[in-house]
Amino acid sequence: MLEAAGIGLSAGNRELVRALDLSLAPGQCWALLGRNGSGKSSLILALAGLRAPQSGRVALDGTPLAAYRRAELARRIAVLFQDEDTDFWGSVFDYVMLGRYPHSRSAWGRDEEGAALARRRLAELDLTDRSLQAYRTLSGGERQRARIAQVLLQDAAVLLLDEPLQHLDLRHQGQVMRTLSGCAADGKTVLAALHEPGHAARHCGFSLLLYDAGRASLGRSSDMLTQANLEALYQCRLEAAAPQGFLPA
Amino acid sequence: MKTFPSLIVALVPASLALAIAFGSVDLGVAQLSDALLGRGDEIAREIVWGVRAPRALAGFACGALLALAGALLQVLLRNPLADPTILGVSGGAAAGALAAMLLGVAAATVNLAALGGAAIAAGAVFAFSLSRSGWNPYRVLLTGVALASGFGALVGLMLSLAPSSQLQGMLFWLLGDLSPAGDPTAALVVLAGCTALAFSQSAALDVLILGEDKARSLGIAVKRLQSIAFGCATVATVAAVLLGGAIGFVGLVVPHLLRLCGVHRHAALLPLAVCLGGSLLALADTLARTVAAPAELPVGVITALVGMPMLLVLLARLR
Repeated sequence: MLEAAGIGLSAGNRELVRALDLSLAPGQCWALLGRNGSGKSSLILALAGLRAPQSGRVALDGTPLAAYRRAELARRIAVLFQDEDTDFWGSVFDYVMLGRYPHSRSAWGRDEEGAALARRRLAELDLTDRSLQAYRTLSGGERQRARIAQVLLQDAAVLLLDEPLQHLDLRHQGQVMRTLSGCAADGKTVLAALHEPGHAARHCGFSLLLYDAGRASLGRSSDMLTQANLEALYQCRLEAAAPQGFLPA
Repeated sequence: MKTFPSLIVALVPASLALAIAFGSVDLGVAQLSDALLGRGDEIAREIVWGVRAPRALAGFACGALLALAGALLQVLLRNPLADPTILGVSGGAAAGALAAMLLGVAAATVNLAALGGAAIAAGAVFAFSLSRSGWNPYRVLLTGVALASGFGALVGLMLSLAPSSQLQGMLFWLLGDLSPAGDPTAALVVLAGCTALAFSQSAALDVLILGEDKARSLGIAVKRLQSIAFGCATVATVAAVLLGGAIGFVGLVVPHLLRLCGVHRHAALLPLAVCLGGSLLALADTLARTVAAPAELPVGVITALVGMPMLLVLLARLR
């Protein structure tokens, strides 16, 4: 259980989140929605214990994040960052295997178990035929899937993902969302910053909406993702998707 | 690719053997092997064990330390141009050493002054780059470059003030020269310690390539890792500079040579950089001692003259 109590976040002198209480339970899949600059990434960094919030505290299973050793936290919380400027030297497989670092420390020993898990994750994300290719030769969407595979390989109980669907085509958007909701069904806690309420409605049981000026609301997606809420959230008029407005199944 | 690491490792005994076999005095194969086994005539034994072996080991230690420091700094600063001189430590040591030479003190004091200058430079880099939240690699680079040019100006000033009788000694120091190296034991101990410590962090250094936040989220105490690696790089650079002066190019080129040959994982890169850097400098020093014998050239000139085309050729071939 990842719990935030009264956390406040700001960027410069702009208040992003004010006194937010949040508890993410195992088995729940959360969508984090909000306009650009509404504080989604800052919230994810705070929940991951990578930035201390300006106020309030974040605790995992009752223990404040700051009290955990980094190595211990890495086995419990995995983070997908929004950007990563990496010119990684190795193959896609090498890249994904770095996700095993929290579990195996030996520089020389072969991690057969990790390699098998990595191959399974690569297959799950349609990257099997890319696995021996150099990571830097991948397209943007393929890189994104490799990064997600790396995060999944970390095998943490809590997954915090900042825009996991960026750069992905429709097929892979659906695939990633199914994988994430599958993780939740297996008892993990998932929180993903998304820009498409349709995905949130279909795959995430819960939604957290970050409005402007520090206001937030959260609850079951069926209650939260109303037209009125979303119009207030994105500050634009919305209409139900026309017959041509497709989402991956 | 399995043969490549073994080749690099085999270079170590080969380069040391060559460094011991060649010198201003020609020793035959029989004389050499006798002397190595502690037999035969005393002069040959003295040349082999008293002069050439320590010098070969000093060259090896020096090159290995510089290559190790370069490999660490390149990953820490995420900058392929990083090399040991970027810490400002070599500049500080040079300024200290030249100031001592200018005052005409004994050789041991010159080394002490070099150590003092290096310590001031390292202290300044650490003070400006290390905050409570961690290391700021950008500040390490800027402070190091600023210090290097500041010390460079001091060095220039001292060179212009120095009497001409002292100029050659100073120039050799600045170019990198192993002839006053003396006993390499201390440097070899530092080398063993730094290599072991850096090697123990090699898996974490692999992950650090993904960026600091990602490394943290994968369980790495980034500040601690950076402190260990910067500490290792600094101590290694200081030890190398005290032994051989400001020898350039080894620290920059050796890690890149290995990476261009496909060695990226730090568990392989760090020990191979030690082997290759040490071997290349031992060979370069053999050249420095013999091409113009009985005169000696500063080894730093050889490393730059040999290292530069080596890197360019490899770059061209691997385009």
